[in-house]
Amino acid sequence: MQRRSLVKAALTAATLTAFGATAAFAENPVLKIGFVGVTSGPAAAWGISNQRSMEARAAWINETGGYTIGGTTYDIEIVSFDDQKDPKRAIAGMEKMAQEGIHYVVGPNVDDGAAAVRPVAEANDIMYFPYAFPKELYSAPASNAVLGMIANYQSGPAIYKHLMDNEGVKTVAFIAANESDPLSQRDSGVAAAKELGLEVVSDNVTYQVDTTDFTPVLTPILRTRPDLLVLSGVSPANAPQLLRSARELGFEGMISTETAQDAGVLAEGAGDLANGFISVGGASTPELASPMMNEFVERYTSMFGEYNDESNTKVYALEYILETLKATPEAIDDVAAFQASMDGFEAPNPYMNGDEKLKYVGMTSFGQKRQIAVPLVVNVYQDGAFETMFIARVD
Amino acid sequence: MANGVYLGSQYAMIALGLTLIFALMNVLNFAHGQMYVIGGFVTYTFYGQWGVPFVLALFMSCITLAIVGALIERYLFAPVIKGSAREESTMLLAAGIAFLLDALILLIFGEKQRGVPKIVDGVFNWDFRLIMPYDRILICVLAILSIVAFIALMQYSKTGRALRALAQDRTAAQLMGVNVDRYSMIGFALGAMLAGLVGGLLVTITGVNLGMGGPTSIKAFMMVMIGGAGVISGAIWGGFILGFMEAFGLAYLSQYGDITYLLIFVSLMIFLAIRPQGLMGKPWG
Repeated sequence: MQRRSLVKAALTAATLTAFGATAAFAENPVLKIGFVGVTSGPAAAWGISNQRSMEARAAWINETGGYTIGGTTYDIEIVSFDDQKDPKRAIAGMEKMAQEGIHYVVGPNVDDGAAAVRPVAEANDIMYFPYAFPKELYSAPASNAVLGMIANYQSGPAIYKHLMDNEGVKTVAFIAANESDPLSQRDSGVAAAKELGLEVVSDNVTYQVDTTDFTPVLTPILRTRPDLLVLSGVSPANAPQLLRSARELGFEGMISTETAQDAGVLAEGAGDLANGFISVGGASTPELASPMMNEFVERYTSMFGEYNDESNTKVYALEYILETLKATPEAIDDVAAFQASMDGFEAPNPYMNGDEKLKYVGMTSFGQKRQIAVPLVVNVYQDGAFETMFIARVD
Repeated sequence: MANGVYLGSQYAMIALGLTLIFALMNVLNFAHGQMYVIGGFVTYTFYGQWGVPFVLALFMSCITLAIVGALIERYLFAPVIKGSAREESTMLLAAGIAFLLDALILLIFGEKQRGVPKIVDGVFNWDFRLIMPYDRILICVLAILSIVAFIALMQYSKTGRALRALAQDRTAAQLMGVNVDRYSMIGFALGAMLAGLVGGLLVTITGVNLGMGGPTSIKAFMMVMIGGAGVISGAIWGGFILGFMEAFGLAYLSQYGDITYLLIFVSLMIFLAIRPQGLMGKPWG
């Protein structure tokens, strides 16, 4: 008897919980936003910072009552898929998003994944926000992809020019991992450097991403004695090792990259040997960050235990999607309406101080507005933290 | 040459643990790389985060992995080996453990690259002909000493003799009174401990991250195949051969692009076509 009562009580509790949960969930309709990107393996840091930024922001929105679009207030649900940096998995992920009726997806994180999902996205009316640089994804006739960050062919020339003008850099060497993204970034970096009049003294040395000793990799490059060593497309995992090896081999020139890095990772992996390392920062600095950005950082940190500087950029994609939908409510199910609104879209940028705006850019690089506008912040690492070197804008 | 010795010593240590487990249990441990990563993270936590002396942190990596290895053998591999004669059962289990460990590493240690302060500062520079940081020299020496200690353990201790007997003929060893279950667990724990030790040593040089497990396992398999699966001396040879090939390839072939690994893989295929049992292995297994 006692046992039967216990079972009854458990069943009642379970039923009430289920109904309670449904009732709580049913307070607001749910707007699903997708994420397809890499959250495992060596490049996991890229995708996880995306996913966590979206989850932290969605939790914040839901906690404060939801997000109102066209008079309806929605709870935001992030539907994530780990593509393991594999284009086949990325396609499967985008198909899953289509099956769930999702029209707005953040990711993928790399070139081949972003290129692979294009047919699926276009066939299923999905707008996607990759962190990949191939121009054909964003140039007509393509219209469904929106670049979620600053591309290396936009940041690289700005960095080289700055160093030429301010540091007297005349020669440059490039090193890249033997993978599609870093190699394509190296090639466009080499082209940009040559166009600016820099002498490229080495551009054919590559390394495996699982390299454990960079001394033999770097030795031939450093013999060319470049003023600037560019770590093309370097991942946060490889950057500290490359910096450490280069400095231990006696290299005294400048070192830069066009990818985002994490100050904590550099401090742990290379210590003072990372001083002077130039990288493209997350789209925020202490001077630029608004109170809302600071609160986002706090919420992210309390939710996941540790902040990732890359999320200064990664926070934007979801905000752009929601703000554009707010401005064009019919776009919630109509991607064509979303695309039509992009040219004229403008909203206050909640993550930056001053009168900065959220708006789509990319006319110069792609001939159409298929890039989100985030500030190009170029950082230099010094004693455990990034210092802002210069800030630029991209059109 | 110096880079070859350095790479070879660390590779040999990675391969030793894998080949030991294969020799004892005929198990291809796909989770060996993940065990290496856990070793790195344990040293990172104790030495890098909590300021515990490096040697003690290294000891903690060894102990942790020995316990993890013993538990995995006792509760996962042993029942499967007893219940299934098919080799693919253990292979599938090993692959599953690799995925599980990857997920646990992400959960516990996060996705970021981690590194620890240098254990020794300074760079040895012999007239710019030989440049090597002192910490690499130290790690190389420690790795070689560990290999020597491991060989001594296998040759001269009672446990080592029992493990060798088990590797040579499991049934005969059992008939001679070797407690097969116990020594299988000890052997697996020792193999996992070696992975933890090398992970702990190398975190001071390369740092550690979630994604290092898979590639480390692949390299370890390559070394074992070169040297001969299940043969201790073969693993050491395999490690040093791969280390030297990589160091020489990167030094002399980099001007032609990234062809070092291409050549290594082609050489491995040709070598295995000629000598499928590897350098020190026996054709009958």
